Amino acid sequence: MIKVVDLYKSFGSLEVLKGINNEIRKGEVVCVIGPSGSGKSTFLRCLNLLEEPTSGEVYIDGVSLTEHKKDINKLRQKVGMVFQQFNLFPHMTVMENITLAPVKLKGMSKEQAMEKAVALLRKVGLTDKDNEYPNKLSGGQKQRVAIARALAMDPEVMLFDEPTSALDPEMVGEVLNVMKQLANDGMTMVVVTHEMGFAREVGDRILFMDEGIIAEENTPEELFSNPKNERTQSFLSKVL
Amino acid sequence: MTEIMNIIIELSDEIYFNLIKEERYMAFVKGLGLSLQLTLFAAVIGGIIGLFIALARLTHNKTLNYIATKYIDIIRGTPVVVQLLIIYFAVFSSTSLPRTTVASIAFGINSGAYVAELIRAGIQAVDKGQMEAARSLGLSYSQAMYYIIIPQAIKNILPGMGNEVITLWKETAIAGFIGLDDLMRAADVVRGRTFSNYTPYLVIAIIYFYITVLMTMMLGKLERRMRKSD
Repeated sequence: MIKVVDLYKSFGSLEVLKGINNEIRKGEVVCVIGPSGSGKSTFLRCLNLLEEPTSGEVYIDGVSLTEHKKDINKLRQKVGMVFQQFNLFPHMTVMENITLAPVKLKGMSKEQAMEKAVALLRKVGLTDKDNEYPNKLSGGQKQRVAIARALAMDPEVMLFDEPTSALDPEMVGEVLNVMKQLANDGMTMVVVTHEMGFAREVGDRILFMDEGIIAEENTPEELFSNPKNERTQSFLSKVL
Repeated sequence: MTEIMNIIIELSDEIYFNLIKEERYMAFVKGLGLSLQLTLFAAVIGGIIGLFIALARLTHNKTLNYIATKYIDIIRGTPVVVQLLIIYFAVFSSTSLPRTTVASIAFGINSGAYVAELIRAGIQAVDKGQMEAARSLGLSYSQAMYYIIIPQAIKNILPGMGNEVITLWKETAIAGFIGLDDLMRAADVVRGRTFSNYTPYLVIAIIYFYITVLMTMMLGKLERRMRKSD
C-alpha cells in the first residue's frame, strides 16, 4: 500500500529524518510513537508530500510520489489526513467542509455529496451539526468532522497526526472511539500518537521513532511489554 | 455690530462670487464627478494589479517573485506625481487614449503596489494549516487559494483596502498635472476668475473631507456585516 525507501528529510542544516524504510500493508493500523522532535510528524507528512523528502522514495500503490509530482493532487485523494489542529475551514459550514472536495474533485453532484456527508457524520456520531460553523463546535466535535471530511474522498489510507493532542482530556475518548471503529472497518491507518493505550489496543504494529530513525518496530504486545531497544525502554518508562 | 455685519457681507460675497455667479458651482460639481470617477477606476485597476502582484510574490517562481518585488519597490520609492507624469508623457504619449483613462491607469498602477502588500499580508495571516488541509484533500494550489485561502484573507484585507481607497481619493488631486479638470483644478480655475484668497480651496477641502467621511461610514458598515458571519 505505502512503501518508504531510504527517506531522508532536512530542514536547512537540521536533519530530521535519517533513513526511514518501511512498508504499510493494506488494512494495517500502524501507530508511530516516540519523543517530541523524533521526526514522527515529518515522517507522516512525507507520506502525502506535505513535506518534500530531501532524498528517498515514497510509493503509494507502487507509484513513486516524488517522480509523479504532477499527479500529486490525484495521489493525495487516496490519502486522507487528520491534523492535530483540526484545520477545518472556518468560513464554511460542517456540511460544506465535507462536501467541497468530493464535489470539486470527484465530480459528485451536490445532492450525492450531501447524502454521503450525512452518512459520514452519523458514522462519527454527529447528526445535528450539518449547518453549524466550526467555531460553534467543541474540539472533539471538530476533530470528528475533520475525520468525516477526509473520509468523504474515500481514501485508501488515513494519516493521523497527533489527532488528540490538542483536545481537552474529556474529549479524547470520543475521537479515539471513532478511530477505533474505523480500524475495525478495515481502514489502513498510520497514526502518530501519544495515546499509548490506543496504540496498544488498536495498533497492529508500532513504530518507535527516535532521532530521525525507526529505532524499533514490533507488535504492540512485544514492543510495550518487552522493548528491546534501550531508547524504547527509557521512553516507555517515562510515558507508561 | 458693524464688524459682524461686515463679516457676513464679505462671506456672502465670497459665496456668491465663488459658487453662484456664472454658475461656478458647476465647476466644482464636474470636478467632483471626475475625481470620483478616477478614484473608482483606479481602485478597480489597482485591485486587479494588486491581486496578481501579491500572488506573484507568494509563488516560489523566482522570476515572478523578482518582478513583483521590484514593482513594489519602484512604485513605493517614487512620488506618485512623478509616476503620473512619466506614464502620461512617456508611456502613453503616442496613444490616443483619453487622459482620464491614462490617469486611471497611472493611479491604478500606483495603488496596485500598496494593495499587493495588503493582500499578501492578508493571505499570509491565514493559518498555514488551512492550505495543508486543502492540499491534503487533493485540491490544487489554485483551487485551495480560491475556495479556502482568499475567502478568509478578504476579512483580513478589507480594513486596509478601505484606507487605500480613501488615500487614492485624495491622491487624485494631482490629476491637474496632466490637464484634467478634477476637483482640485476646479478650485484653481474658479480662483483664477474670482481672485479670492482661499475660498475655493476651502470649498474643496470641505468636499474632500465629507466624501472621506462617507467612505469611512460605508466601510464601517461593510466590516460590521462581514463580522456577523463569524
